[in-house]
Amino acid sequence: MSRKAYLPLGERITKGAEPLSRVVWGLPPMRWFRIAAHRMGIQGRTGVIALPYLWLLLFFLVPFIFVLKISLAEAAIAMPPYSALIEWAEDTYLTVRVNVANFLFLIEDDLYWKAYLNSAKVALISTILCLLIGYPMAYGMARATSATRNVMLMLVILPFWTSFLLRVYAWIGILKNNGLINNILLSVGIIDEPIVMMQTNFAVYIGIVYSYLPFMILPLYANLERMDMTLLEAAADLGCRPTKAFFTITLPLSIPGIIAGSLLVFIPAVGEFVIPALLGGPDTLMIGRVLWDEFFANRDWPVASAVAIAVLLLLVIPIMFFQRSQMKEAS
Amino acid sequence: MAEARSGVQTLEPWNDPDAKPYIRIQNVSKKFGDFVAVNNVSLDIYQNELFCLLGGSGCGKSTLLRMLAGFENLTNGNIFIDGVDMVGIPPYDRPANMMFQSYALFPHMTVEGNIAFGLKQDRVPKTEINKRVKEMLDLVQLGPFAKRRPHQLSGGQRQRVALARALVKQPKVLLLDEPLGALDKKLREETQFELVNIQEGSGVTFIVVTHDQEEAMTLSTRIGVMDKGEIVQVGTPTEIYEYPDSRFVADFIGSVNMFEGRIIEDEADHVRIASDEAGCNLFIDHGLSTTPGAKVWVAVRPEKISLSREKPNGEENCTTGRVDEIAYLGNLSVYRVELESGKQMRVTMPNLVRDAAERITWDERVYATWQPSSGVVLTR
Ligand SMILES: Nc1ncnc2c1ncn2[C@@H]1O[C@H](COP(=O)(O)OP(=O)(O)OP(=O)(O)O)[C@@H](O)[C@H]1O
Ligand SMILES: [Mg+2]
Repeated sequence: MSRKAYLPLGERITKGAEPLSRVVWGLPPMRWFRIAAHRMGIQGRTGVIALPYLWLLLFFLVPFIFVLKISLAEAAIAMPPYSALIEWAEDTYLTVRVNVANFLFLIEDDLYWKAYLNSAKVALISTILCLLIGYPMAYGMARATSATRNVMLMLVILPFWTSFLLRVYAWIGILKNNGLINNILLSVGIIDEPIVMMQTNFAVYIGIVYSYLPFMILPLYANLERMDMTLLEAAADLGCRPTKAFFTITLPLSIPGIIAGSLLVFIPAVGEFVIPALLGGPDTLMIGRVLWDEFFANRDWPVASAVAIAVLLLLVIPIMFFQRSQMKEAS
Repeated sequence: MAEARSGVQTLEPWNDPDAKPYIRIQNVSKKFGDFVAVNNVSLDIYQNELFCLLGGSGCGKSTLLRMLAGFENLTNGNIFIDGVDMVGIPPYDRPANMMFQSYALFPHMTVEGNIAFGLKQDRVPKTEINKRVKEMLDLVQLGPFAKRRPHQLSGGQRQRVALARALVKQPKVLLLDEPLGALDKKLREETQFELVNIQEGSGVTFIVVTHDQEEAMTLSTRIGVMDKGEIVQVGTPTEIYEYPDSRFVADFIGSVNMFEGRIIEDEADHVRIASDEAGCNLFIDHGLSTTPGAKVWVAVRPEKISLSREKPNGEENCTTGRVDEIAYLGNLSVYRVELESGKQMRVTMPNLVRDAAERITWDERVYATWQPSSGVVLTR
């Protein structure tokens, strides 16, 4: 124990023996707080992580609980249009009425199954297309000189500066029967009749791939740009040709980027509503649209909520399993 | 080390006019834009050599090595390996393998996978690959770590994986860029010996880049000293240390006392040089072919000078000054003596007597002398 510890506070400060912050943390209220936090195992780092968690709790978990509650209710002609989950019966009993009929309904009616499967199919194909288009773009960006790289990065991010809805509408202008593509092809004389592109699955794929491509490119670019180029030199030095080096070195090392980009495209694409509604036809059955119809056209909030919960579970559970297997592999 | 190397040194192919160089670097230059990184380097390296490229940071060592490996195009000149012109041959077709300064191990492959990588490229049969990988693992003593990934290894183990990976293909030439740079002193010394053993065992020609002169002295058959993109001197460690041919080399390798002077006498068997800096005439026991009056420098190594309290006989190679600083290193002491000209001179003397009172101490007036054969005359 050093003598200094017994000096009065004022003297300690004037002597400049310790930084002021340390002295302040040593004062009683701060000290109690610090010791209490320490006892609970909270340190500086945990505090930093806790903040975004609180945010998620407030703005994700709480609305989720509301939706869950509604999904377990019964539709009713009321304001809001569903029955209460918890009720006072005869003013003395607190009754909890859980209605699982909505979920059973989802299983019974094959409309929902088909919509789920079709959404997953559209999302999967869009993800693969995004990957095939986005990988070469990200690769080109990562290997470009820093000046061109910045320009390319700008171009990738630029569409975000205009509204998403506006950009989807722009595609209508391009794809419709008297739109840009058909007009050009007609005037050049390649076709006699306009090609029907609007309100087809083709238009939906175009819309989704176009809209979500940046979400594939950016994580891939971040991954590829970080790659140690001497690894490729080492591969070449050991007798590996450039094409083979791409498949044995670059591609395996970019798997984390591929996974991140694919999740960022696949997850929102499954629940996509705007693009199939605006570009797709009546036969484009996607879960987002079904949900919208249940909610606004049928005003069946409980079934709509059940659809939403089911989508969430169908997405979250496979991802959790995937993450668990990734962690096992890493350790 | 000297004993270990003596067998090789007696061969001295570089002194044999009939010997054919294995690696021939002819007038090689490399420019990055306007900047000349390697300037007109010519170098012959012979089979079984362990050749060190030594020089300060940024002098172009790595660039020269990368040109040998095929990662940089030559701006000028030619490189031949085993008689084959290397210009235009991509790295994957060259008979040289490189060990990278950063090791460049493939992080997604195991130790085994890394070592086998080069053999797989050559479509070596699987049983043969397994056999050779196992041999390499034994050689670098990494058998128990075969299934680990690079990030699960220590720095020294990674370095050995990198070495094994480059060696397993039995290249004609192994290029090593600061192979021991990341290791601590003790591990470094151990690995230096290991490297020499491996080199002698495998019979592969090694070219090692380093900026550590001690390492170069320990490892190499010959050293090429580089400065600002040029090779300034090539020679055995002894030649480089005892007979530097420029002030740069004398200064770069070890420490040295440099006296500026003018030739006053240049005969067949001696030179006499007047030097105000040294405060005496300097006598060297061999002739030069210079003109009297020419400006030269005389380099004398600290360990070749002896100090005494009494004035020795003779006027030449004998100067006087005051002891300014002493560093006691146990086996020897380093003295800094301020001469009358104001120049600081460095002298190392073995501590022959145990009694400190007997030793020369601070502020004492001392005489410093050295043999006529000790000084080296430098004209540049
Ligand atoms: N790709 C490049 N573009 C421009 N200049 C370069 C490039 N590579 C190297 N240089 C320059 O060439 C010079 C020699 O570089 P080199 O890497 O060969 O040095 P070095 O001798 O290996 O140094 P160190 O001991 O620090 O590794 C340096 O001044 C460096 O800045
Ligand atoms: Mg270097």
